[in-house]
Amino acid sequence: MLLRAKQQIRDGVIQGLIYLAVLLVSLVFFWMLFDLAHGGAAHLSWQFLTESPIDAGRAGGIASILVSTALILLVALTASVPLAWATAVLLAEFVPAESAFGKIVRFSLYVLAGVPSIVFGLFGNAFFSIYLELGFSILSGGLTLACMLLPILTSTAEAGLRAVPDTYRSSAAALGLSRTVALTHLILPAAAPTLAAGLLIGIGRALAETAALLFTSGYVDRMPGSLLDSGRALALHIFDLSMNVPGGDNPAYASALVLVSLLLCINILAMKLAYGLQRKKIMT
Amino acid sequence: MNDDPNAFTLGPLQAGPPCCEPQPVIQVRNLSLRYNRQAALDNVSLDIYKGCITALIGPSGCGKTSFLSAINRMTDLIPGCSIDGRILVDNQDIHHPQCDVQALRRRIGMVFQKPAPFPLSIRRNIALPLNEHGTTQKTEVTAITETVLRDVGLWDEVCDRLDVSALSLSGGQQQRLCIARALALNPEILLMDEPCSALDPIASGVVEDLICSLQGRYTIVIVTHNLAQARRIANYAAFFWVKDQAGQLVEFGRCRHIFESPRDELTAAYVNGARG
Ligand SMILES: Nc1ncnc2c1ncn2[C@@H]1O[C@H](COP(=O)(O)OP(=O)(O)OP(=O)(O)O)[C@@H](O)[C@H]1O
Ligand SMILES: [Mg+2]
Repeated sequence: MLLRAKQQIRDGVIQGLIYLAVLLVSLVFFWMLFDLAHGGAAHLSWQFLTESPIDAGRAGGIASILVSTALILLVALTASVPLAWATAVLLAEFVPAESAFGKIVRFSLYVLAGVPSIVFGLFGNAFFSIYLELGFSILSGGLTLACMLLPILTSTAEAGLRAVPDTYRSSAAALGLSRTVALTHLILPAAAPTLAAGLLIGIGRALAETAALLFTSGYVDRMPGSLLDSGRALALHIFDLSMNVPGGDNPAYASALVLVSLLLCINILAMKLAYGLQRKKIMT
Repeated sequence: MNDDPNAFTLGPLQAGPPCCEPQPVIQVRNLSLRYNRQAALDNVSLDIYKGCITALIGPSGCGKTSFLSAINRMTDLIPGCSIDGRILVDNQDIHHPQCDVQALRRRIGMVFQKPAPFPLSIRRNIALPLNEHGTTQKTEVTAITETVLRDVGLWDEVCDRLDVSALSLSGGQQQRLCIARALALNPEILLMDEPCSALDPIASGVVEDLICSLQGRYTIVIVTHNLAQARRIANYAAFFWVKDQAGQLVEFGRCRHIFESPRDELTAAYVNGARG
Protein backbone atom coordinates (compact mmCIF):
# COMPACT_ATOMS: atom_id res chain seq x y z
CA MET A 1 0.00 0.00 0.00
CA LEU A 2 2.77 2.36 1.05
CA LEU A 3 4.68 1.45 -2.12
CA ARG A 4 1.66 2.30 -4.24
CA ALA A 5 1.36 5.71 -2.61
CA LYS A 6 5.05 6.39 -3.06
CA GLN A 7 4.88 5.49 -6.72
CA GLN A 8 1.86 7.69 -7.19
CA ILE A 9 3.61 10.64 -5.61
CA ARG A 10 6.66 10.11 -7.76
CA ASP A 11 4.56 9.87 -10.93
CA GLY A 12 2.73 13.01 -9.90
CA VAL A 13 5.91 14.98 -9.33
CA ILE A 14 7.38 13.90 -12.64
CA GLN A 15 4.20 14.76 -14.47
CA GLY A 16 4.11 18.15 -12.78
CA LEU A 17 7.67 18.88 -13.84
CA ILE A 18 6.94 17.92 -17.42
CA TYR A 19 3.88 20.17 -17.51
CA LEU A 20 5.94 23.00 -16.05
CA ALA A 21 8.57 22.60 -18.75
CA VAL A 22 5.94 22.57 -21.47
CA LEU A 23 4.33 25.62 -19.96
CA LEU A 24 7.62 27.50 -19.84
CA VAL A 25 8.44 26.70 -23.44
CA SER A 26 5.06 27.78 -24.74
CA LEU A 27 5.19 30.83 -22.48
CA VAL A 28 8.45 31.96 -24.07
CA PHE A 29 6.99 31.42 -27.53
CA PHE A 30 3.74 33.28 -26.87
CA TRP A 31 5.49 36.05 -25.02
CA MET A 32 7.74 36.60 -28.02
CA LEU A 33 4.80 36.54 -30.36
CA PHE A 34 2.89 38.95 -28.16
CA ASP A 35 5.87 41.27 -27.90
CA LEU A 36 6.30 41.30 -31.67
CA ALA A 37 2.63 41.88 -32.31
CA HIS A 38 2.54 44.59 -29.69
CA GLY A 39 5.53 46.43 -31.12
CA GLY A 40 4.95 45.81 -34.81
CA ALA A 41 1.24 45.52 -35.51
CA ALA A 42 0.66 49.26 -35.35
CA HIS A 43 3.34 49.87 -37.95
CA LEU A 44 2.23 47.04 -40.21
CA SER A 45 0.04 47.97 -43.15
CA TRP A 46 -0.47 47.23 -46.79
CA GLN A 47 1.73 50.20 -47.63
CA PHE A 48 4.49 48.81 -45.44
CA LEU A 49 4.52 45.69 -47.59
CA THR A 50 4.35 47.47 -50.94
CA GLU A 51 6.66 50.46 -50.52
CA SER A 52 10.41 50.51 -50.62
CA PRO A 53 12.33 51.67 -47.57
CA ILE A 54 13.06 55.39 -47.21
CA ASP A 55 15.66 56.99 -44.96
CA ALA A 56 17.46 53.73 -44.14
CA GLY A 57 14.17 52.05 -43.36
CA ARG A 58 12.87 54.53 -40.82
CA ALA A 59 10.06 55.35 -43.20
CA GLY A 60 8.55 53.58 -46.19
CA GLY A 61 8.15 49.83 -46.29
CA ILE A 62 9.94 46.60 -47.09
CA ALA A 63 8.90 45.81 -50.68
CA SER A 64 12.45 45.75 -52.05
CA ILE A 65 13.57 43.72 -49.05
CA LEU A 66 10.87 41.12 -49.71
CA VAL A 67 11.86 40.94 -53.37
CA SER A 68 15.54 40.50 -52.49
CA THR A 69 14.68 37.84 -49.93
CA ALA A 70 12.59 35.95 -52.45
CA LEU A 71 15.34 36.16 -55.07
CA ILE A 72 18.02 34.99 -52.65
CA LEU A 73 15.77 32.11 -51.64
CA LEU A 74 15.10 31.25 -55.26
CA VAL A 75 18.81 31.14 -56.09
CA ALA A 76 19.55 29.09 -52.98
CA LEU A 77 16.86 26.50 -53.70
CA THR A 78 17.57 26.24 -57.41
CA ALA A 79 21.19 25.51 -56.64
CA SER A 80 20.78 23.25 -53.63
CA VAL A 81 17.63 21.20 -54.16
CA PRO A 82 18.66 19.24 -57.27
CA LEU A 83 22.11 18.62 -55.84
CA ALA A 84 20.84 17.60 -52.42
CA TRP A 85 18.13 15.31 -53.72
CA ALA A 86 20.43 13.68 -56.23
CA THR A 87 22.93 13.04 -53.45
CA ALA A 88 20.17 11.61 -51.26
CA VAL A 89 19.02 9.26 -54.01
CA LEU A 90 22.59 8.15 -54.55
CA LEU A 91 23.15 7.56 -50.84
CA ALA A 92 19.85 5.84 -50.15
CA GLU A 93 19.36 3.82 -53.30
CA PHE A 94 22.62 3.13 -55.01
CA VAL A 95 25.38 3.14 -52.41
CA PRO A 96 25.39 0.35 -49.80
CA ALA A 97 24.73 1.88 -46.39
CA GLU A 98 27.98 0.54 -44.99
CA SER A 99 30.24 1.54 -47.86
CA ALA A 100 33.19 3.87 -47.28
CA PHE A 101 31.91 6.31 -49.88
CA GLY A 102 28.54 6.65 -48.19
CA LYS A 103 30.18 7.06 -44.82
CA ILE A 104 32.51 9.80 -46.06
CA VAL A 105 29.71 11.74 -47.73
CA ARG A 106 27.47 11.38 -44.70
CA PHE A 107 30.24 12.48 -42.37
CA SER A 108 31.00 15.56 -44.47
CA LEU A 109 27.35 16.52 -44.48
CA TYR A 110 27.22 16.02 -40.74
CA VAL A 111 30.16 18.33 -40.21
CA LEU A 112 28.77 20.85 -42.68
CA ALA A 113 25.50 20.91 -40.76
CA GLY A 114 27.35 21.91 -37.62
CA VAL A 115 29.32 24.78 -39.12
CA PRO A 116 28.16 28.15 -37.75
CA SER A 117 26.52 30.30 -40.37
CA ILE A 118 29.01 33.16 -39.94
CA VAL A 119 31.68 30.76 -41.21
CA PHE A 120 29.54 30.07 -44.26
CA GLY A 121 29.35 33.83 -44.67
CA LEU A 122 33.11 34.20 -44.61
CA PHE A 123 33.53 31.31 -47.01
CA GLY A 124 30.88 32.73 -49.34
CA ASN A 125 32.55 36.10 -49.27
CA ALA A 126 35.96 34.64 -50.05
CA PHE A 127 34.76 32.19 -52.67
CA PHE A 128 31.71 33.59 -54.42
CA SER A 129 32.17 37.33 -53.88
CA ILE A 130 35.91 37.64 -54.32
CA TYR A 131 37.27 34.54 -56.03
CA LEU A 132 34.40 34.13 -58.49
CA GLU A 133 34.07 37.92 -58.67
CA LEU A 134 30.34 37.91 -58.03
CA GLY A 135 30.78 40.73 -55.55
CA PHE A 136 28.10 41.57 -53.01
CA SER A 137 25.18 40.18 -54.91
CA ILE A 138 22.01 38.20 -54.59
CA LEU A 139 23.78 35.47 -56.53
CA SER A 140 26.64 35.09 -54.07
CA GLY A 141 24.23 35.30 -51.14
CA GLY A 142 21.95 32.68 -52.64
CA LEU A 143 24.83 30.35 -53.45
CA THR A 144 26.21 30.70 -49.94
CA LEU A 145 22.81 29.82 -48.55
CA ALA A 146 22.69 26.87 -50.92
CA CYS A 147 25.85 25.48 -49.32
CA MET A 148 24.21 25.89 -45.94
CA LEU A 149 21.04 24.12 -47.02
CA LEU A 150 22.78 21.14 -48.61
CA PRO A 151 23.18 19.09 -45.43
CA ILE A 152 19.66 19.57 -44.14
CA LEU A 153 18.03 18.94 -47.51
CA THR A 154 20.17 15.88 -48.16
CA SER A 155 19.70 14.27 -44.78
CA THR A 156 15.93 14.75 -44.68
CA ALA A 157 15.61 13.42 -48.21
CA GLU A 158 17.81 10.44 -47.47
CA ALA A 159 15.84 9.62 -44.35
CA GLY A 160 12.62 9.89 -46.36
CA LEU A 161 13.89 7.56 -49.05
CA ARG A 162 15.14 5.06 -46.50
CA ALA A 163 11.75 5.07 -44.81
CA VAL A 164 10.15 3.73 -47.98
CA PRO A 165 9.57 0.01 -47.34
CA ASP A 166 12.09 -2.29 -48.96
CA THR A 167 9.24 -4.47 -50.18
CA TYR A 168 8.55 -1.91 -52.91
CA ARG A 169 12.10 -2.30 -54.14
CA SER A 170 12.13 -6.09 -53.98
CA SER A 171 8.66 -6.45 -55.52
CA ALA A 172 9.67 -4.14 -58.34
CA ALA A 173 12.90 -6.05 -58.89
CA ALA A 174 11.05 -9.37 -58.84
CA LEU A 175 8.80 -8.07 -61.62
CA GLY A 176 11.86 -7.32 -63.70
CA LEU A 177 11.52 -3.55 -63.32
CA SER A 178 14.68 -1.50 -63.43
CA ARG A 179 15.83 0.53 -60.47
CA THR A 180 15.06 3.74 -62.30
CA VAL A 181 11.49 2.67 -62.85
CA ALA A 182 11.12 1.69 -59.21
CA LEU A 183 12.60 5.01 -58.20
CA THR A 184 10.46 7.23 -60.38
CA HIS A 185 7.18 5.34 -60.10
CA LEU A 186 7.26 4.03 -56.55
CA ILE A 187 9.97 5.29 -54.27
CA LEU A 188 10.03 9.00 -55.04
CA PRO A 189 6.22 9.34 -54.89
CA ALA A 190 6.20 7.47 -51.59
CA ALA A 191 8.92 9.73 -50.22
CA ALA A 192 7.43 12.94 -51.63
CA PRO A 193 5.86 14.16 -48.36
CA THR A 194 9.19 13.89 -46.53
CA LEU A 195 10.99 15.58 -49.38
CA ALA A 196 8.49 18.41 -49.24
CA ALA A 197 8.73 18.68 -45.47
CA GLY A 198 12.53 18.84 -45.68
CA LEU A 199 12.23 21.50 -48.35
CA LEU A 200 10.01 23.60 -46.12
CA ILE A 201 12.40 23.26 -43.20
CA GLY A 202 15.19 24.37 -45.52
CA ILE A 203 13.18 27.39 -46.67
CA GLY A 204 12.60 28.29 -43.03
CA ARG A 205 16.32 28.14 -42.35
CA ALA A 206 17.12 30.25 -45.37
CA LEU A 207 14.53 32.88 -44.48
CA ALA A 208 15.89 33.25 -41.00
CA GLU A 209 19.53 33.52 -42.06
CA THR A 210 21.44 36.70 -41.33
CA ALA A 211 25.11 36.02 -40.70
CA ALA A 212 25.76 34.12 -43.91
CA LEU A 213 24.27 36.94 -45.97
CA LEU A 214 26.04 39.79 -44.24
CA PHE A 215 29.21 39.43 -46.29
CA THR A 216 27.71 38.00 -49.43
CA SER A 217 24.47 39.58 -50.58
CA GLY A 218 25.23 42.78 -48.75
CA TYR A 219 22.80 45.28 -47.38
CA VAL A 220 21.80 47.63 -50.13
CA ASP A 221 18.08 48.22 -49.63
CA ARG A 222 17.24 49.34 -53.14
CA MET A 223 14.98 47.26 -55.37
CA PRO A 224 17.39 44.79 -57.05
CA GLY A 225 17.65 45.10 -60.84
CA SER A 226 19.32 41.75 -61.43
CA LEU A 227 20.79 38.81 -59.60
CA LEU A 228 24.16 40.54 -59.65
CA ASP A 229 22.80 43.47 -57.64
CA SER A 230 23.24 43.53 -53.94
CA GLY A 231 20.01 42.88 -52.05
CA ARG A 232 19.09 42.99 -48.42
CA ALA A 233 17.33 39.99 -46.89
CA LEU A 234 14.51 40.40 -44.41
CA ALA A 235 16.40 39.05 -41.41
CA LEU A 236 19.32 41.31 -42.23
CA HIS A 237 16.99 44.28 -42.52
CA ILE A 238 15.75 43.66 -38.99
CA PHE A 239 19.31 43.38 -37.76
CA ASP A 240 20.33 46.60 -39.46
CA LEU A 241 17.28 48.55 -38.30
CA SER A 242 17.68 47.60 -34.70
CA MET A 243 21.48 47.86 -34.47
CA ASN A 244 22.48 50.66 -36.83
CA VAL A 245 19.45 52.87 -37.33
CA PRO A 246 18.39 55.05 -34.41
CA GLY A 247 14.62 55.31 -34.49
CA GLY A 248 14.25 52.15 -36.52
CA ASP A 249 12.58 50.15 -33.79
CA ASN A 250 9.03 50.25 -35.09
CA PRO A 251 9.82 49.17 -38.65
CA ALA A 252 12.15 46.56 -37.18
CA TYR A 253 9.31 45.13 -35.13
CA ALA A 254 6.95 45.19 -38.07
CA SER A 255 9.52 43.43 -40.30
CA ALA A 256 10.12 40.87 -37.59
CA LEU A 257 6.40 40.26 -37.39
CA VAL A 258 6.30 39.64 -41.13
CA LEU A 259 9.26 37.27 -40.92
CA VAL A 260 7.87 35.33 -37.99
CA SER A 261 4.47 35.02 -39.65
CA LEU A 262 6.15 33.65 -42.77
CA LEU A 263 8.16 31.17 -40.71
CA LEU A 264 5.08 30.17 -38.77
CA CYS A 265 3.16 29.46 -41.96
CA ILE A 266 6.01 27.39 -43.31
CA ASN A 267 6.34 25.41 -40.12
CA ILE A 268 2.64 24.72 -39.93
CA LEU A 269 2.73 23.54 -43.52
CA ALA A 270 5.71 21.29 -42.78
CA MET A 271 3.97 19.87 -39.74
CA LYS A 272 0.81 19.22 -41.71
CA LEU A 273 2.81 17.33 -44.29
CA ALA A 274 4.65 15.30 -41.70
CA TYR A 275 1.40 14.52 -39.91
CA GLY A 276 -0.26 13.49 -43.15
CA LEU A 277 2.66 11.22 -43.84
CA GLN A 278 2.43 9.62 -40.44
CA ARG A 279 -1.28 9.03 -40.78
CA LYS A 280 -0.76 7.48 -44.16
CA LYS A 281 1.78 5.13 -42.65
CA ILE A 282 -0.55 4.08 -39.88
CA MET A 283 -3.33 3.46 -42.33
CA THR A 284 -1.27 1.21 -44.55
CA MET B 1 23.80 -38.86 -46.99
CA ASN B 2 24.08 -40.01 -50.53
CA ASP B 3 27.08 -38.66 -52.37
CA ASP B 4 25.75 -39.25 -55.84
CA PRO B 5 24.85 -35.78 -57.25
CA ASN B 6 21.96 -37.32 -59.15
CA ALA B 7 20.48 -38.94 -56.10
CA PHE B 8 17.88 -36.23 -55.75
CA THR B 9 16.40 -36.57 -59.16
CA LEU B 10 14.28 -39.52 -59.99
CA GLY B 11 14.67 -39.43 -63.72
CA PRO B 12 11.75 -40.14 -66.05
CA LEU B 13 8.40 -40.89 -64.54
CA GLN B 14 5.58 -43.11 -65.57
CA ALA B 15 2.53 -41.47 -64.15
CA GLY B 16 0.00 -39.35 -66.02
CA PRO B 17 -0.47 -35.61 -66.65
CA PRO B 18 0.69 -32.96 -66.19
CA CYS B 19 4.07 -34.50 -65.60
CA CYS B 20 4.08 -37.40 -67.96
CA GLU B 21 7.54 -36.64 -69.21
CA PRO B 22 9.31 -34.51 -66.72
CA GLN B 23 11.59 -32.03 -68.39
CA PRO B 24 13.87 -30.17 -66.05
CA VAL B 25 13.42 -26.45 -66.62
CA ILE B 26 15.55 -25.34 -63.69
CA GLN B 27 18.68 -27.28 -62.89
CA VAL B 28 20.45 -26.36 -59.70
CA ARG B 29 23.93 -27.78 -59.38
CA ASN B 30 26.04 -27.70 -56.22
CA LEU B 31 24.49 -24.48 -55.05
CA SER B 32 26.09 -23.01 -51.94
CA LEU B 33 24.91 -19.70 -50.62
CA ARG B 34 26.36 -17.60 -47.85
CA TYR B 35 25.45 -14.38 -46.12
CA ASN B 36 28.75 -12.68 -45.36
CA ARG B 37 30.62 -15.60 -43.79
CA GLN B 38 27.63 -17.57 -42.61
CA ALA B 39 26.64 -20.40 -44.93
CA ALA B 40 22.91 -20.68 -45.50
CA LEU B 41 22.86 -23.39 -48.15
CA ASP B 42 25.43 -26.07 -48.69
CA ASN B 43 25.85 -27.93 -51.94
CA VAL B 44 22.26 -28.24 -53.07
CA SER B 45 21.51 -29.96 -56.36
CA LEU B 46 17.98 -30.21 -57.59
CA ASP B 47 15.89 -30.30 -60.75
CA ILE B 48 12.62 -28.47 -61.11
CA TYR B 49 10.33 -30.00 -63.70
CA LYS B 50 8.33 -28.15 -66.28
CA GLY B 51 4.65 -27.67 -65.56
CA CYS B 52 4.89 -29.28 -62.15
CA ILE B 53 4.40 -27.93 -58.68
CA THR B 54 7.44 -28.46 -56.51
CA ALA B 55 7.08 -27.88 -52.79
CA LEU B 56 10.03 -26.93 -50.63
CA ILE B 57 9.55 -28.02 -47.06
CA GLY B 58 11.71 -27.94 -43.97
CA PRO B 59 12.08 -26.20 -40.65
CA SER B 60 12.49 -22.47 -40.23
CA GLY B 61 15.91 -21.16 -41.17
CA CYS B 62 16.89 -24.08 -43.38
CA GLY B 63 17.33 -21.87 -46.41
CA LYS B 64 14.12 -22.31 -48.37
CA THR B 65 13.68 -18.59 -49.00
CA SER B 66 17.35 -18.26 -49.84
CA PHE B 67 17.07 -21.10 -52.35
CA LEU B 68 14.03 -19.53 -53.94
CA SER B 69 15.60 -16.10 -54.23
CA ALA B 70 18.72 -17.55 -55.79
CA ILE B 71 16.66 -18.83 -58.71
CA ASN B 72 15.62 -15.38 -59.94
CA ARG B 73 18.74 -13.71 -58.59
CA MET B 74 16.88 -11.69 -55.99
CA THR B 75 19.89 -12.54 -53.84
CA ASP B 76 21.77 -9.91 -55.87
CA LEU B 77 19.89 -7.29 -53.87
CA ILE B 78 21.13 -8.57 -50.51
CA PRO B 79 24.46 -7.05 -49.54
CA GLY B 80 26.96 -9.69 -48.48
CA CYS B 81 25.16 -12.57 -50.14
CA SER B 82 27.40 -14.72 -52.30
CA ILE B 83 26.64 -17.77 -54.37
CA ASP B 84 28.63 -20.76 -55.53
CA GLY B 85 27.47 -23.36 -57.96
CA ARG B 86 25.35 -23.20 -61.06
CA ILE B 87 21.72 -22.61 -61.77
CA LEU B 88 20.52 -23.35 -65.27
CA VAL B 89 17.17 -22.13 -66.49
CA ASP B 90 16.35 -23.69 -69.84
CA ASN B 91 19.99 -24.69 -70.01
CA GLN B 92 21.14 -21.08 -69.69
CA ASP B 93 23.41 -20.29 -66.78
CA ILE B 94 21.72 -17.43 -64.94
CA HIS B 95 25.03 -16.20 -63.56
CA HIS B 96 26.49 -15.86 -67.02
CA PRO B 97 27.64 -12.26 -67.53
CA GLN B 98 25.43 -11.98 -70.60
CA CYS B 99 22.30 -13.08 -68.77
CA ASP B 100 19.77 -10.26 -68.68
CA VAL B 101 18.58 -10.21 -65.07
CA GLN B 102 15.49 -8.18 -65.81
CA ALA B 103 14.43 -10.54 -68.56
CA LEU B 104 15.15 -13.47 -66.26
CA ARG B 105 12.97 -12.02 -63.53
CA ARG B 106 10.25 -11.39 -66.02
CA ARG B 107 10.29 -15.06 -66.99
CA ILE B 108 10.42 -16.13 -63.35
CA GLY B 109 7.67 -14.48 -61.38
CA MET B 110 7.88 -14.31 -57.61
CA VAL B 111 5.29 -14.01 -54.87
CA PHE B 112 6.53 -13.03 -51.45
CA GLN B 113 5.52 -14.31 -48.08
CA LYS B 114 4.07 -10.96 -47.06
CA PRO B 115 1.62 -9.45 -49.54
CA ALA B 116 3.52 -6.56 -51.14
CA PRO B 117 1.28 -4.58 -53.46
CA PHE B 118 2.53 -1.22 -54.65
CA PRO B 119 0.91 1.83 -53.04
CA LEU B 120 -0.96 2.46 -56.27
CA SER B 121 -4.44 1.68 -57.49
CA ILE B 122 -5.35 -1.94 -58.19
CA ARG B 123 -5.32 -1.18 -61.89
CA ARG B 124 -1.91 0.52 -61.80
CA ASN B 125 -0.43 -2.35 -59.81
CA ILE B 126 -0.91 -4.58 -62.80
CA ALA B 127 -0.48 -1.95 -65.50
CA LEU B 128 2.85 -0.58 -64.26
CA PRO B 129 4.93 -3.72 -64.86
CA LEU B 130 3.07 -4.38 -68.11
CA ASN B 131 3.77 -0.87 -69.38
CA GLU B 132 7.40 -1.06 -68.44
CA HIS B 133 7.75 -4.35 -70.27
CA GLY B 134 6.39 -2.88 -73.47
CA THR B 135 2.66 -3.56 -73.33
CA THR B 136 1.43 -0.01 -73.59
CA GLN B 137 -1.82 -0.40 -75.53
CA LYS B 138 -4.61 0.49 -73.21
CA THR B 139 -7.10 -2.07 -74.48
CA GLU B 140 -4.53 -4.82 -74.21
CA VAL B 141 -3.59 -3.83 -70.67
CA THR B 142 -7.25 -3.74 -69.68
CA ALA B 143 -7.83 -7.15 -71.19
CA ILE B 144 -4.83 -8.68 -69.43
CA THR B 145 -5.87 -7.06 -66.16
CA GLU B 146 -9.29 -8.63 -66.36
CA THR B 147 -7.92 -12.02 -67.34
CA VAL B 148 -5.41 -12.28 -64.52
CA LEU B 149 -7.81 -10.90 -61.94
CA ARG B 150 -10.31 -13.55 -63.02
CA ASP B 151 -7.55 -16.16 -62.82
CA VAL B 152 -6.94 -15.36 -59.19
CA GLY B 153 -10.65 -15.07 -58.43
CA LEU B 154 -10.41 -11.42 -57.55
CA TRP B 155 -12.33 -9.94 -60.46
CA ASP B 156 -15.80 -10.20 -58.97
CA GLU B 157 -14.59 -8.72 -55.71
CA VAL B 158 -12.87 -5.67 -57.18
CA CYS B 159 -14.20 -5.09 -60.70
CA ASP B 160 -16.16 -2.02 -59.60
CA ARG B 161 -13.31 -0.42 -57.69
CA LEU B 162 -10.21 -0.94 -59.78
CA ASP B 163 -9.09 2.60 -59.08
CA VAL B 164 -8.97 2.43 -55.31
CA SER B 165 -5.65 1.93 -53.58
CA ALA B 166 -4.44 -1.65 -53.52
CA LEU B 167 -3.54 -1.09 -49.89
CA SER B 168 -7.23 -0.89 -49.02
CA LEU B 169 -7.69 -4.56 -49.94
CA SER B 170 -7.64 -7.26 -47.30
CA GLY B 171 -4.47 -9.29 -46.80
CA GLY B 172 -5.78 -12.23 -48.78
CA GLN B 173 -6.96 -10.00 -51.60
CA GLN B 174 -3.60 -8.24 -51.62
CA GLN B 175 -1.81 -11.55 -51.91
CA ARG B 176 -4.02 -12.62 -54.78
CA LEU B 177 -3.41 -9.26 -56.44
CA CYS B 178 0.33 -9.90 -56.13
CA ILE B 179 -0.12 -13.29 -57.75
CA ALA B 180 -2.18 -11.67 -60.50
CA ARG B 181 0.51 -9.05 -60.98
CA ALA B 182 3.10 -11.77 -61.41
CA LEU B 183 0.85 -13.71 -63.80
CA ALA B 184 0.21 -10.61 -65.91
CA LEU B 185 3.77 -10.71 -67.19
CA ASN B 186 3.08 -14.24 -68.42
CA PRO B 187 6.03 -15.86 -66.69
CA GLU B 188 7.05 -19.45 -67.34
CA ILE B 189 8.01 -20.11 -63.77
CA LEU B 190 6.38 -18.93 -60.56
CA LEU B 191 8.24 -18.87 -57.26
CA MET B 192 6.01 -18.62 -54.21
CA ASP B 193 7.37 -18.09 -50.74
CA GLU B 194 4.77 -19.23 -48.23
CA PRO B 195 2.02 -17.43 -50.14
CA CYS B 196 -0.63 -18.53 -47.66
CA SER B 197 1.12 -18.00 -44.38
CA ALA B 198 -0.29 -14.51 -43.79
CA LEU B 199 -3.81 -15.55 -44.74
CA ASP B 200 -6.79 -16.91 -42.89
CA PRO B 201 -7.89 -20.47 -43.73
CA ILE B 202 -10.53 -19.36 -46.21
CA ALA B 203 -8.27 -16.99 -48.14
CA SER B 204 -5.57 -19.59 -47.88
CA GLY B 205 -7.91 -22.13 -49.41
CA VAL B 206 -8.71 -19.76 -52.27
CA VAL B 207 -5.04 -19.22 -52.99
CA GLU B 208 -4.40 -22.95 -52.76
CA ASP B 209 -7.14 -23.69 -55.28
CA LEU B 210 -5.66 -21.01 -57.48
CA ILE B 211 -2.22 -22.60 -57.34
CA CYS B 212 -3.72 -25.97 -58.21
CA SER B 213 -5.49 -24.45 -61.18
CA LEU B 214 -2.20 -23.03 -62.42
CA GLN B 215 -0.62 -26.46 -62.49
CA GLY B 216 0.49 -27.42 -65.96
CA ARG B 217 0.37 -23.86 -67.25
CA TYR B 218 3.24 -22.70 -65.12
CA THR B 219 6.14 -24.31 -63.42
CA ILE B 220 5.64 -23.57 -59.77
CA VAL B 221 8.04 -23.75 -56.87
CA ILE B 222 6.31 -23.16 -53.58
CA VAL B 223 7.68 -22.91 -50.06
CA THR B 224 5.21 -23.97 -47.43
CA HIS B 225 5.19 -24.86 -43.76
CA ASN B 226 1.84 -26.47 -44.20
CA LEU B 227 2.67 -30.10 -44.89
CA ALA B 228 -0.92 -31.02 -45.58
CA GLN B 229 -1.03 -28.30 -48.16
CA ALA B 230 2.21 -29.43 -49.74
CA ARG B 231 0.80 -32.90 -49.92
CA ARG B 232 -2.41 -31.72 -51.52
CA ILE B 233 -0.98 -29.52 -54.23
CA ALA B 234 2.56 -30.58 -55.04
CA ASN B 235 3.83 -33.07 -57.58
CA TYR B 236 7.35 -33.00 -56.20
CA ALA B 237 8.70 -32.18 -52.81
CA ALA B 238 12.15 -31.21 -51.60
CA PHE B 239 12.99 -31.53 -47.95
CA PHE B 240 15.64 -29.21 -46.51
CA TRP B 241 17.31 -29.55 -43.15
CA VAL B 242 20.01 -27.67 -41.26
CA LYS B 243 23.21 -29.65 -40.88
CA ASP B 244 26.41 -28.08 -39.59
CA GLN B 245 24.60 -24.74 -39.45
CA ALA B 246 23.93 -24.74 -43.16
CA GLY B 247 20.81 -25.75 -45.01
CA GLN B 248 21.08 -28.92 -47.04
CA LEU B 249 18.77 -30.80 -49.30
CA VAL B 250 17.99 -34.10 -47.59
CA GLU B 251 15.57 -35.63 -49.99
CA PHE B 252 13.88 -34.80 -53.23
CA GLY B 253 11.29 -36.82 -55.01
CA ARG B 254 7.69 -37.20 -55.99
CA CYS B 255 5.46 -35.76 -53.39
CA ARG B 256 3.84 -39.10 -52.65
CA HIS B 257 7.15 -40.77 -52.08
CA ILE B 258 8.38 -38.06 -49.76
CA PHE B 259 5.26 -38.22 -47.67
CA GLU B 260 4.46 -41.90 -47.80
CA SER B 261 7.72 -43.71 -48.25
CA PRO B 262 10.62 -41.37 -47.55
CA ARG B 263 14.06 -42.86 -47.91
CA ASP B 264 15.66 -40.70 -45.26
CA GLU B 265 14.70 -41.11 -41.63
CA LEU B 266 14.95 -37.32 -41.04
CA THR B 267 12.35 -36.82 -43.73
CA ALA B 268 10.18 -39.51 -42.23
CA ALA B 269 10.42 -37.90 -38.81
CA TYR B 270 9.66 -34.45 -40.19
CA VAL B 271 6.69 -35.33 -42.35
CA ASN B 272 5.24 -37.39 -39.55
CA GLY B 273 5.49 -34.40 -37.29
CA ALA B 274 8.09 -35.89 -34.98
CA ARG B 275 10.65 -33.14 -35.49
CA GLY B 276 10.97 -29.61 -36.81
N1 LIG C 1 19.46 -11.11 -45.46
C1 LIG C 1 20.10 -12.01 -44.68
N2 LIG C 1 21.27 -11.67 -44.09
C2 LIG C 1 21.92 -12.56 -43.31
N3 LIG C 1 21.48 -13.80 -43.05
C3 LIG C 1 20.33 -14.19 -43.60
C4 LIG C 1 19.58 -13.33 -44.44
N4 LIG C 1 18.47 -13.98 -44.86
C5 LIG C 1 18.54 -15.20 -44.29
N5 LIG C 1 19.65 -15.34 -43.55
C6 LIG C 1 20.05 -16.55 -42.82
O1 LIG C 1 20.09 -17.63 -43.71
C7 LIG C 1 19.49 -18.77 -43.14
C8 LIG C 1 18.38 -19.27 -44.04
O2 LIG C 1 17.35 -18.31 -44.08
P1 LIG C 1 16.06 -18.44 -44.98
O3 LIG C 1 15.30 -17.20 -44.89
O4 LIG C 1 16.46 -18.89 -46.34
O5 LIG C 1 15.28 -19.62 -44.23
P2 LIG C 1 13.84 -20.18 -44.50
O6 LIG C 1 13.99 -21.63 -44.71
O7 LIG C 1 13.16 -19.41 -45.57
O8 LIG C 1 13.14 -19.95 -43.10
P3 LIG C 1 11.60 -19.64 -42.81
O9 LIG C 1 10.88 -20.93 -42.96
O10 LIG C 1 11.60 -19.17 -41.40
O11 LIG C 1 11.15 -18.59 -43.77
C9 LIG C 1 19.01 -18.38 -41.76
O12 LIG C 1 19.94 -18.88 -40.82
C10 LIG C 1 19.04 -16.87 -41.75
O13 LIG C 1 19.47 -16.41 -40.50
MG1 LIG D 1 11.43 -18.09 -45.57
